[in-house]
Amino acid sequence: MSSYPLVAVVGNPNAGKSALFNMLTGARQKVANYPGVTVERKSGRLSLADGRPVEIVDLPGAYSLDASSPDEEVTRDVVLGKQQGERLPDALLLVVDATNLDNHLRFALQIIDLGLPTVVALNMIDLAARDGLTIDVAALERELGVPVIETVAVRRRGVDAIKEALSGAIGAARRMRSGGEGDFVAIQRRARAIAAAATVAEAPTRRWTGRLDTIVLHPLLGPIIFAAIMFVMFQAVFAWSQAPVAIIEDLVSAAQGAAVTAMPDGVIRSLIVDGALAGVGAVVVFLPQILILFFFILMLESTGYMVRAAFLMDRLMARVGLSGHAFIPLLSSFACAVPGIMATRTIEDPKHRLTTILIAPLMTCSARLPVYAIIIGAFIPARSVGYGIGLQGLVLFGLYLTGIVGALVAALVLRSTIARGTHQGFMLEMPKYQMPHLRDIVLGLWQRALIFLRRAGTIILVSTIVLWALLSFPQPKAGETALDSSIAGRLASGLEVVMRPIGFNHEISLALIPAMAAREVAVSALATAYSIQEDDEVKADQSLTSQLRGRWSLPTALAFLAWFVFAPQCLSTVAVTRRETNGWRWPGFMLAYLFALAYIAAGATFWLATFAGL
Amino acid sequence: MSVTVRLDQLPFRVPARVTAVEWHALTPAEARRLRNLGLDEGVTVEALHGGPIGRDPLAVRIGRMTVAIRRAHAETISVDAAP
Repeated sequence: MSSYPLVAVVGNPNAGKSALFNMLTGARQKVANYPGVTVERKSGRLSLADGRPVEIVDLPGAYSLDASSPDEEVTRDVVLGKQQGERLPDALLLVVDATNLDNHLRFALQIIDLGLPTVVALNMIDLAARDGLTIDVAALERELGVPVIETVAVRRRGVDAIKEALSGAIGAARRMRSGGEGDFVAIQRRARAIAAAATVAEAPTRRWTGRLDTIVLHPLLGPIIFAAIMFVMFQAVFAWSQAPVAIIEDLVSAAQGAAVTAMPDGVIRSLIVDGALAGVGAVVVFLPQILILFFFILMLESTGYMVRAAFLMDRLMARVGLSGHAFIPLLSSFACAVPGIMATRTIEDPKHRLTTILIAPLMTCSARLPVYAIIIGAFIPARSVGYGIGLQGLVLFGLYLTGIVGALVAALVLRSTIARGTHQGFMLEMPKYQMPHLRDIVLGLWQRALIFLRRAGTIILVSTIVLWALLSFPQPKAGETALDSSIAGRLASGLEVVMRPIGFNHEISLALIPAMAAREVAVSALATAYSIQEDDEVKADQSLTSQLRGRWSLPTALAFLAWFVFAPQCLSTVAVTRRETNGWRWPGFMLAYLFALAYIAAGATFWLATFAGL
Repeated sequence: MSVTVRLDQLPFRVPARVTAVEWHALTPAEARRLRNLGLDEGVTVEALHGGPIGRDPLAVRIGRMTVAIRRAHAETISVDAAP
């Protein structure tokens, strides 16, 4: 593929760049990372009007060549030919929003001044018309000196014209100038002048984005609408996922059953059935919930509501030294901290970003739910506390709330100690409301599913196999159980000394070891620890519940819940933190402070509950 | 006749022209970001909405774009409101 000419798609954030890229390439996209940085490289293939194939790459949105984030640096370095792992593009497809010309032309002028063959896509021309804007394309072409094509990315308008124009642009001489050093204010004023000259008519229509904002950002209605959306979202994550989760569980146990019949009993079969299939199955089961949550997040982002939510939340987050910028990553962390931590890249201020990364694991991710569900089911009576509110649901809500409050307190402490810095403000473009487009949502979900499954297939597979080995070797001698003789069993005995003061017994200590890979593994590890051999899952759950009731005191159970609110038991989160912070220092700190919090919280819960006579 | 006020004091839905920005009162990163969002002397701005607590942050139209900024930053922007 690398022998084909390269076309890079560049433009401001919110110019509709990715929608245009999706329209040009369809589903055949490759997502990779640029070497050394955690910026995604999305590429695809396109056949030009003359039949020549080209590679087309979607660069991160940027406001100017004066880069202020890792994403913008990649965009700058690619168009300057300085990006490691990327060749200098043969042509640029520059996307500008027709309804926001005066702003987008500034970056466009910087790009055109570089001297690479460039084609301008004048995108969202339909919205410009709706806003009563008429743009003289010929005048714009004259001023910019490059071809300008009117496009509507979501309706495939302008594809052929773009292919035609790119055919002409590729092969044209690259007259590279130093570029990017021009006087920013001068360029900005030139952009405004060109925009004013090219805008023929501007009817005074009241834009419906403004009308919608009057409701959505209303001081009273706004927060109510926001709360309602959050409620529906979390409700859907749990309600809609039940059927697909059951299907995945059936598939995993069918695969386990097939392996059991096909293979002779032995170490290899145990490795495949109890190690690989059980471990990966336990994680893949979260795919439906994660995809449902991402569906909502992608919808909120593509409609433009997400920025409004950040606007509504900014003041609250300012109280703990954060801003509305941190809202989006933290919301994603309710599905899974890994994409949440990756989403912090949009936060410019490094200390602000670091704080957000460090508190992201405190948002209750979907992996904690199986643990919470089994303990609540066993120890909290299913009775009502009045007003139709169940006690079990109330406890679950309390656990979510404890995580959120813990995160806010942690942010406050971090921002006034190790991540102290000026209060970076909240400055954010509020894009127009737009109808979400099915193609972009489906593509986004597909790419996230792939990323998640790839991780389940690598990190999680390897770690579950290692943990399986720790639990299975050395083989027990006569009179010993497999667990006691195993390396993990011995580790648990050592761990138990530390855990005893907070009410944890040997089996809990043992379960915490494999749960290091992923929290939900604690449930199956407890089942193993209590030697439950039950093929039928409902019966297995029932018998685990009765075992727990018989062997744990209520203070121990509550302490166990408190532990999981804080404990950073997730290798994927640690790995992504290491990648995003470029080293072991911050993941190390994250592990230390969260384990300390977990220990204190579990201990306090245990002793308070004990003294209260529970 | 026109009245010069700071952007944070400008009533909602009153278009005004930016006369001066205290760029030096902002950090270089903040100044660059505000410029990237289209702020400059001479552009038209209009406060549209305020956040639910203390009407902070502000949603401000700058040119053709709507931008969220905090009141603390709006204080550095002087505008001329034509009555």
